[in-house]
Amino acid sequence: MSALPRLRPRTRQAIAFAALWCVVVAVVLPVVAILAIMFVKGGRGITWELLTSTQEGLLPAIAGTTALIVLVALISTPVGVGAAIYLSEYARRGTFVRLTRLAIVNLAGVPSVVYGLFGLALFVTLLELGRCLLAAAATLALLVLPLVITASEEALRQVPPRLREASYALGATRWQTVRRVVLPNALPGIITGMVLSVGRAAGETAPILFTGAFYALTHPYPTSPNDPFVALPYKLFVEATEVPGVSEEAKWATAAVLVLLVLGLNLGAVIFRARLRRARRW
Amino acid sequence: MSSEAKPTGFIPEQEIKLSTRGLDLYYEGFQALKDITVSIPARRITALIGPSGCGKSSFLRCFNRMNDLIQTARVTGEVLLDGQNVYDQGVDVPLLRKRVGMVFQSPNPFPMSIYDNVAYGPRLHGATDRSTLDEVVEKSLKGAALWDEVKDTLQKSALDLSGGQQQRLSIARVLAVEPEVLLMDEPCSALDPTATFRIEELMIELMENYTIVIVTHNMYQASRVSQYAGFFLLGELIEYGPTVDIFENPADQRTDDYVRGRFG
Repeated sequence: MSALPRLRPRTRQAIAFAALWCVVVAVVLPVVAILAIMFVKGGRGITWELLTSTQEGLLPAIAGTTALIVLVALISTPVGVGAAIYLSEYARRGTFVRLTRLAIVNLAGVPSVVYGLFGLALFVTLLELGRCLLAAAATLALLVLPLVITASEEALRQVPPRLREASYALGATRWQTVRRVVLPNALPGIITGMVLSVGRAAGETAPILFTGAFYALTHPYPTSPNDPFVALPYKLFVEATEVPGVSEEAKWATAAVLVLLVLGLNLGAVIFRARLRRARRW
Repeated sequence: MSSEAKPTGFIPEQEIKLSTRGLDLYYEGFQALKDITVSIPARRITALIGPSGCGKSSFLRCFNRMNDLIQTARVTGEVLLDGQNVYDQGVDVPLLRKRVGMVFQSPNPFPMSIYDNVAYGPRLHGATDRSTLDEVVEKSLKGAALWDEVKDTLQKSALDLSGGQQQRLSIARVLAVEPEVLLMDEPCSALDPTATFRIEELMIELMENYTIVIVTHNMYQASRVSQYAGFFLLGELIEYGPTVDIFENPADQRTDDYVRGRFG
């Protein structure tokens, strides 16, 4: 039937393995390349001075981004996990749930600059928050909400149904079952999802552009959610596009600090999950 | 105790713990149970036998309304516990499940300590006092013939126990909420012969205080432990009566074929 010569299974296996290996390399290589270029170009720029100086350095931006992502986590986690619990444990399959899922999928597809404009219209203007940490965090929370919901739902679904059955059969209500059996066992996955989402939020520029991020401020350290702030990605964006005379090395150094922050978060999530996993298995 | 025309006439009214009247169960378009009317006596072991897919597990799950968890399941007819329809509106389902406990096919301990597994039920129902919980845990583990094996390792993970021990832990966990009925859905199908023997012994001990209904694939098990037996086929209760009659002198040809191992 086939024009191709019949190959022996062992040969086919070797070809398949080689092809898959190439694909994996194609995935890993860009990551390695980005990191390598960044550290070669900016590595020497990452000095103690850069990390700790208010005037010349990145400390305000590091502080601003840190405060921002803490707020994003505080806003998006309860909402996202709550929605996931509803969808996975309470909702009965039907039109409402289908529409909700459709909304979540679409939310994930909205370009980030649209979130920025939406945040400007809703939080900054309509709710009169002004351009501040809270407005930017709320905007980013919306952006990462689909990620939080999807990751949490996945984590909840991984909890074996027989554990829920055992709980119900002992006379537990739905909430008791969620609270005592499902959530504790889904926690590693939920937290991983939360940290990954927050990492994504840390690197976004467009949503904070109109909602609270500044290049430089007279009072560079925010003391309340209503203060404006300096953030790493926005600072990098401005330095790369608008401010003349910033050295290549300084730009790459800023980029490297941002990436290190996100990678650090992700690494923390992986270690945390591995620890919890070891404590719980089924 | 000779069998009569009425399928449940051999059990005196006052000894009936559970019964059903005209019970139908549907999963979407599929009718899993057809017009089941049966009475199950208190403090006896009643075995439900029949080939896979005959509806016996579905039937068991009507008594504690575990079928409610399946969205497509729909029940008509009556399921009575002490004469009260458990499908009546306003029935407190968690309370029903506390009264009608269930042991599942494969052991399903929570990923917690042995102690917390047994204390799970009492804590759900409001127990917080440490000494009360200690007492309940000890009593329940003794009741499930597991105490001697685990009394020094109560804080260890329940997942480290063997399959047979895990199943006895499941039984202890149910006993801890002080049910009146024990539903057992093929409780030994994941266990080796030694563990199976221990569970069977335990069931006979528990019979003094509990009404036990067991679904089993193992006809020898049914004849060893039960006093009453029902034979299900394709969603119908073909025959129900004293176990001796079902196994030695069945009235229906299909029952005869099944207990003699001609099919199933």
